[in-house]
Amino acid sequence: MVITIGVLELQGGFDLHHKMLKKIGINSFGVKVETDFKKIDGLIIPGGESTTLSLLLDTFKLRNAILEFAKSYPIMGTCAGLIMMSKSIDDERVKPLGLLDIIVKRNAYGRQVMSSQEKVIFALNKERNIELFSTFIRAPRIKDYGNDVIIIAKFKDYPVAVFSRNLLGLAFHPEIDGIDIFHRMMFDNYSEFYYKKLKENYAA
Amino acid sequence: MSNNSFEIKVGLAEMLKGGVIMDVTNSDQAKIAEDAGACAVMALERIPSDIRKDGGISRMSDPEMILGIQKAVSIPVMAKCRIGHFAEAQILETLEVDFIDESEVLTPADEHNHVWKHNFKIPFVCGCRDLGEALRRIAEGAAMIRTKGEAGSGNIVEAVRHMRTVMTEIKRATRLDKEELIAEAKRIGAPVSLLQQVAKLGKLPVPNFAAGGIATPADASLMMQLGAETVFVGSGIFKSDDPAARAKAVVEATTHFENSEIVAKASTGLKNAMKGLDMSEIAKEDRLQERGW
Repeated sequence: MVITIGVLELQGGFDLHHKMLKKIGINSFGVKVETDFKKIDGLIIPGGESTTLSLLLDTFKLRNAILEFAKSYPIMGTCAGLIMMSKSIDDERVKPLGLLDIIVKRNAYGRQVMSSQEKVIFALNKERNIELFSTFIRAPRIKDYGNDVIIIAKFKDYPVAVFSRNLLGLAFHPEIDGIDIFHRMMFDNYSEFYYKKLKENYAA
Repeated sequence: MSNNSFEIKVGLAEMLKGGVIMDVTNSDQAKIAEDAGACAVMALERIPSDIRKDGGISRMSDPEMILGIQKAVSIPVMAKCRIGHFAEAQILETLEVDFIDESEVLTPADEHNHVWKHNFKIPFVCGCRDLGEALRRIAEGAAMIRTKGEAGSGNIVEAVRHMRTVMTEIKRATRLDKEELIAEAKRIGAPVSLLQQVAKLGKLPVPNFAAGGIATPADASLMMQLGAETVFVGSGIFKSDDPAARAKAVVEATTHFENSEIVAKASTGLKNAMKGLDMSEIAKEDRLQERGW
């Protein structure tokens, strides 16, 4: 069966996600209205400005559609996408979706001058770590997390990649660095990294 | 680790796509812009239509005003330096603005050279009217390009002209032979290597936004359909009769630029747009777009 992954196109870094999905041979589709959710088998919430995303989710009445979709399909969020997936944040201007049991702080590392590329160690399972260099742009910090959240990557003592059930949140931008492992993990059921195959490893 | 690579600069521009960047002159306007869904604000002392009216030399804004706006909002804050005025750019860098616009809206400081933007940790955006100008700016280190339009005119005609020109020249480049690309690079005054990249990609190597004359939701939709990836709205919002509503409407129309029903709804019931100027009312020597080399 051919699957199609939606990329939320309200505002932000959606282009590079389309490019990444194309690179790994998966169809992608720009999601802008509620009926678009019928056409997709997974969703990416890209980076961008969380104030803008939060407002437009309300304006175009997409919150419930995403919450419903999350019950049965994989969702991945990067940067502002991670912020939108969180349970709570330190800023009343943004209303998160509450999908991931995490508490985040926006722009935790400062302004653009502090944006950087960093070495991140991705723990695939107990035996296997993968070292990646990925880009943080005005990045959020995951300050706290609940019991069902699995930390799969850390940077300077803070989690930067978290996984729970069918949800993946990243504080950085693998799509900028051409890193396809996370897209494969969530959306490519042929991949050795596919989340349904890895679950038992993480749970162990 | 590494924090000033070109990729990181372009990365922020990528995150601004599909959005609206609004000119603001104080913290109150900045908050209105943020609440309306702007993905960034441009902090400047006078918006272009007032610069045009007041005349005189237009310079970088007072740091105090920029710092005030940075405090007021959480979205990226951009600020302008004069063309070639790298000392103003250095000041903006110490203020940690998120993007520097080396802008023709301010009075140029150097009539031959632009800032060498690779020296800075902060990304730059520059204006262009054609592909050659865009690629010269990228060669100097611009991480984002915006077509110039005619700032402060409230008239979309120049923005359309410049976007059409850039897009036509890109399409042309994709059809040329290797040999012909060298002659084309010479003709348009572009670095050969960058023109070769454009020919291969079928687009600019950095995000391409539109500015200069956008005043309505329909203007935003038009520019997005012509190939802009985000729009800058300067005088169009805060020179209109109801900035908050118009700002929100432009944001909605930019997101759904291809959905005419949503653009129609966003356009409905807005108070008057800024009055605007016909190009015949702006003498050639007074056109801001002529600045930049």
